[in-house]
Amino acid sequence: MTHAAPLVARRAHIDAELKALLGKDLLVHVHAADEDSITVDREAIAGVMVALRDKMEYQQLMEIAGVDYPDRAERFEVVYHLLSVTKNHRLRVRVSTDEATPVPSIVPVWPVAGWLEREVFDMYGVLFAGNPDLRRILTDYGFQGHPQRKDFPLTGYTELRYSEEDKRVVYEPVKLAQDFRNFDFLSPWEGADYVLPGDEKAGGTGEAPGKGAPTPMTAAEVKKADDQAKAPPPPTPKTTEKPEQTGAGAKANIKAAKTSRDGASAKPATKAAKTPATAKAEKAPAKPRAPRKPKGGDA
Amino acid sequence: MTDSPNVHHYGGDLFEGYPVDTANTVGDQAVTNYTINFGPQHPAAHGVLRLVLELDGEIIERVDPHVGLLHRGTEKLIEYKTYLQALPYFDRLDYCSPLGMEHSYVLAIEKLLDLEVPARAQYLRTLFAELTRICNHMLNIGSHVMDVGAMTPNLWVFELREDCLNFFERASGARMHSAYFRPGGVHQDVPERLLYDIGEWCEKRLPKLFGDAMSLVIDNRIFKQRNVDIATVSKEDALAWGFSGPMIRGSGIAWDLRKSQPYDAYASMEFDIPVGTRGDCYDRFMVRVQEVYQSARIILQCLRDMPTGPIASLDRKVVPPKRGEMKQSMESLIHHFKLYTEGFHVPAGEVYVATESPKGEFGVYLVSDGSNKPYRCKIRPTAFSHLQAMDMMSKGHMLADTTAIIGAIDVVFGECDR
Repeated sequence: MTHAAPLVARRAHIDAELKALLGKDLLVHVHAADEDSITVDREAIAGVMVALRDKMEYQQLMEIAGVDYPDRAERFEVVYHLLSVTKNHRLRVRVSTDEATPVPSIVPVWPVAGWLEREVFDMYGVLFAGNPDLRRILTDYGFQGHPQRKDFPLTGYTELRYSEEDKRVVYEPVKLAQDFRNFDFLSPWEGADYVLPGDEKAGGTGEAPGKGAPTPMTAAEVKKADDQAKAPPPPTPKTTEKPEQTGAGAKANIKAAKTSRDGASAKPATKAAKTPATAKAEKAPAKPRAPRKPKGGDA
Repeated sequence: MTDSPNVHHYGGDLFEGYPVDTANTVGDQAVTNYTINFGPQHPAAHGVLRLVLELDGEIIERVDPHVGLLHRGTEKLIEYKTYLQALPYFDRLDYCSPLGMEHSYVLAIEKLLDLEVPARAQYLRTLFAELTRICNHMLNIGSHVMDVGAMTPNLWVFELREDCLNFFERASGARMHSAYFRPGGVHQDVPERLLYDIGEWCEKRLPKLFGDAMSLVIDNRIFKQRNVDIATVSKEDALAWGFSGPMIRGSGIAWDLRKSQPYDAYASMEFDIPVGTRGDCYDRFMVRVQEVYQSARIILQCLRDMPTGPIASLDRKVVPPKRGEMKQSMESLIHHFKLYTEGFHVPAGEVYVATESPKGEFGVYLVSDGSNKPYRCKIRPTAFSHLQAMDMMSKGHMLADTTAIIGAIDVVFGECDR
């Protein structure tokens, strides 16, 4: 051990002591990086905490942290950090749970757990059975979702601004001028087991790691892929076989019908011009376009 | 004089002849509890604290602190940054003691990497951590005395705080958000002159000016009336409510992580732990006052014993090379590029590292999955637990005592809300 981090002496016989005290509630005991951590049975957590506090002199609960592992069946870990001021030792106790299964609250053991559990509930949505006041704590009043979950986007879903029209703060879906730049630093030569951006056409995810760059396609394959990638033709061909199809407006259509040498086609054109909607459009005075408002800040 | 039923005459000579109105005294009318909202914008709230206070007259029945108004999602942001990029977020947690926040984080990374830190870097970090403690206590002591009505000491100790900020600027280039502690050491060496000035300041200016300022308040009758026996916390309560730092020492438990779990150069430092006897706001205040003198003692020891040598680890896979080396060596250039784009990879594992920040135990629970970004970085703020005990501490006190209690907690919301 060479680092300069806080030195904590290893507690003698801690493994045997924990095993004797907790019995079958103790699932795993790990000593790594000079720290002891135990995993215990979720349903027994309150009893375990009382035993650790009263029998092993862990008087203080310093922290409850949630951790999210979306791949696991029970995706959340709730990690309690205990401190003994008499034995000068720290112990990490962890239980795992999922979205639906509540963890028994330890507020009766340590009153400080109240807010710490509220925070884990707020950030991860872990439920604590028996917490008398399980409200959100850090997020906004009326916030939805649990922001520390790995599937919650970094930017969130809503943003708020002061609306000059409404004279109040309004919530809007988040709009970003630029995406968050999240670079992937995993080397493709060292075990990236996914298709690299731009390699989709290389045909296959099965590039074994260490095999080098994918083989380029043959010229024929490239041409075929390009042809496939070409946009399909628009569904309706754009033609201007009749004067109405020029898009010049009803006025021009009438004029065109009058000057048309083909009398038969002139009649339906005038009829169409007298439909209420087009007549109204003709009567409306042409408004000059309002000058563009300068955007706030530039003015 | 008419004899109305509401007016009667006392028999004694003192009030003889004076009518006494007994119709609307407090005892005759049932006063219903009412609720007031304190904050979130209030000069005595030390930031954005909202308290929903349930009062019986002027007596506090229940306090419901609403926190989170300064929540910026720091922990979430850190998961998307490399280890080095995440470091400046710690300055912005407790912006009154930025280096104390960085300290836990760099030690957590070093513990996961099992990285050796050169002696000079350890001494520099200890020195600046203690200077941060003085800087933080200057702010807290000053605002605490101002919250209970004294003006002058605040102006005097802010002079000292300004001196500290100038020292930070000379060391790192920034007055507050220094980003000076780095994984493996510190960012750059300090000029000799700075160390000399800090030593002179600790010996002359600090004790004189601070002593003068404190002589105005510590025996002041009004200050004592506002603080003694306010929010008394027993040893048992302090343990159960997760107190740390001056709050637990104020309650009489001599618990200091610098002594019990020494990190950096604290193992070779000689200093005392001041403790309170009654566990009230006055004790917490006095613990901080004494800590300032102890910090000055540690700083002078650091200056006396500081060795020469490198100021950061020479492991080039973690600490970037000096700019001068980069001009000469291709390998240094590559290391620099890699460290400032990809960053270093930290072996998978988890650590909880807590240091004695000026406000108490500031912990970082760091979970690494072996990549260049933390998988999870849980920050254990000090004020979160202390503020939760507001309800327990304020019950039965007067509304005006709230400001003294908040002042003695020493809460900063950048850290509490993260």
